[in-house]
Amino acid sequence: MTKPWDTTSEQLLRELAPQVLGAVARRFRDFVSAEDAVQEAMMAAFTQWPQQGIPDNPRGWLIQVASRRLTDQARSEIARRERETAMAMEAEIMAPAVDIESAMDPDDTLILLFMCCHPALTSSSAIALTLRAVGGLTTTEIANAFLVPEATMAQRISRAKQSIKASGVPFRLPSPQERAERLPAVLHVLYLIFNEGYASSVGAHLQRLDLAREAIRLTRCAKTLLPGNEEVAGLLALMLLTDARRAARTGPDEELVPLTKQDRTLWDQGEISEGIELLTAALSKGTVGLYQLQAAIAAVHDEAARVEDTDWPQILALYQLLKRVSPSPMVTLNHAIAAAMVHGPSKGLDLLRTLDTDARLAGHYRLDAVRAHLLEMTGDYEGAIKHYRIAAGRTTSIPEQNYLMTQAARLGDNTRGSCKSDGPAGQRIP
Amino acid sequence: MKYILMMNTMKAGQGIPQWPGKDLQAHIAFMKNLNKELRDSGELVSAEGLSFPDQARLVRAGKNGTPITDGVFPESKEFLAGFWIVDVDSPERAYAIAAKASAAPGPGGAPLNMPIEVRPVMSGPPPEML
Repeated sequence: MTKPWDTTSEQLLRELAPQVLGAVARRFRDFVSAEDAVQEAMMAAFTQWPQQGIPDNPRGWLIQVASRRLTDQARSEIARRERETAMAMEAEIMAPAVDIESAMDPDDTLILLFMCCHPALTSSSAIALTLRAVGGLTTTEIANAFLVPEATMAQRISRAKQSIKASGVPFRLPSPQERAERLPAVLHVLYLIFNEGYASSVGAHLQRLDLAREAIRLTRCAKTLLPGNEEVAGLLALMLLTDARRAARTGPDEELVPLTKQDRTLWDQGEISEGIELLTAALSKGTVGLYQLQAAIAAVHDEAARVEDTDWPQILALYQLLKRVSPSPMVTLNHAIAAAMVHGPSKGLDLLRTLDTDARLAGHYRLDAVRAHLLEMTGDYEGAIKHYRIAAGRTTSIPEQNYLMTQAARLGDNTRGSCKSDGPAGQRIP
Repeated sequence: MKYILMMNTMKAGQGIPQWPGKDLQAHIAFMKNLNKELRDSGELVSAEGLSFPDQARLVRAGKNGTPITDGVFPESKEFLAGFWIVDVDSPERAYAIAAKASAAPGPGGAPLNMPIEVRPVMSGPPPEML
């Protein structure tokens, strides 16, 4: 008996991917080969299941196909070796797939997540490997999502796997201490996948794989596997509370719409209430980390039905806390905006001045973009135009550049026509 | 982060076609090898060489948008000979690749040290919130 393929089947297949990979990697004690074999088994399922239906035991099917593939490989290797070695190895490798399935461990997905987000990898490698090994995506899909050729992405993944092999990470759950040390890297990779997806949902890239959704799915999965961890919950809440504004973020011509100008009726109330619920539960449990704080800031914005209802003093307080928990120039930038909204633009500009000598932000367009907004608030339109233009020249995002040039042009038109500006363009939250 | 690496060469008549065969082969082998390295490192997005400048035409729209073509202005000192688009982790890495390409062997095997213009491609994600 088989079940027909439907819209939920692809999701099922993706959820099975890390479980199958975990089982096969443990059995064959070779993550690199197992990963290739599972990818092939996934491809076989993607081509066969829509026609033939989903087998009764889809997980067993995938494990069997992947194992057969590895066994075939091992056999052809054995053929080249001495006979006595061959006998010994075959006994080891030929154990039936049923054994493998009984050796399955619910923590496999978690092991893989920690493995793929290993600090030895560059973030682009970690992202690619996580999407493939944990997310169950094909190399083609990942390549399309990042707009690089498939061959390039295949090499990136293959090199990432080689680094993992070279670093000698065993296929086991990291100890609680190792887990605590490496969790920030895992959360950061998930966050980067979300951020990339959130950016690419703009403009010409609409046809790309929905990386933001994929990041939410993976983070949901991480939350189930690490139920006591409030930062994982915080990250999931942050993603939901940010993704909730997706439909309002772009206008009819796919131009960026800043938070202050968004049609808030388009915000996804389902995502907002889920995010707030997660956040409330996480915050009640003790230590507050940077993801929870950012989620809290996003929640304050999301709770305001109109832009003028925004509780800026609360946002300002949260940024002050965030600056203490996790100081960074980006946090100071956003803190400056909140300070400007509460205490006036000159207070914000004072804070920006402390960033002028910060090498981490040197030449970054966001500093000029924020300065332009605040100068506009003070009525210094010439200064604002100047910094909008500098920012436009420094960003590497076309929608962002169009937005910044439009701000400069709007102020220029108004100054020439000597009519008043239609108010600050507002805070932009990426 | 994606970067374009634009390789400029001297104007027509001073370029590659005048080199001795051995030097030409060394240059071609170097470029092929560079492309292979970039593919293997998972950084190559695309690489294209352009035809010689004498094949170039300047095109402008005339009345009713009809194309008016013209030869390249003879006073141009440099021409775009080809480009790479790479996807790398840092600007420093893009500069390192450009420096490598710049030192491609020329006549007598000496490094050409060609100017390579490196510019970000407008495909960046928004800045991280952290």
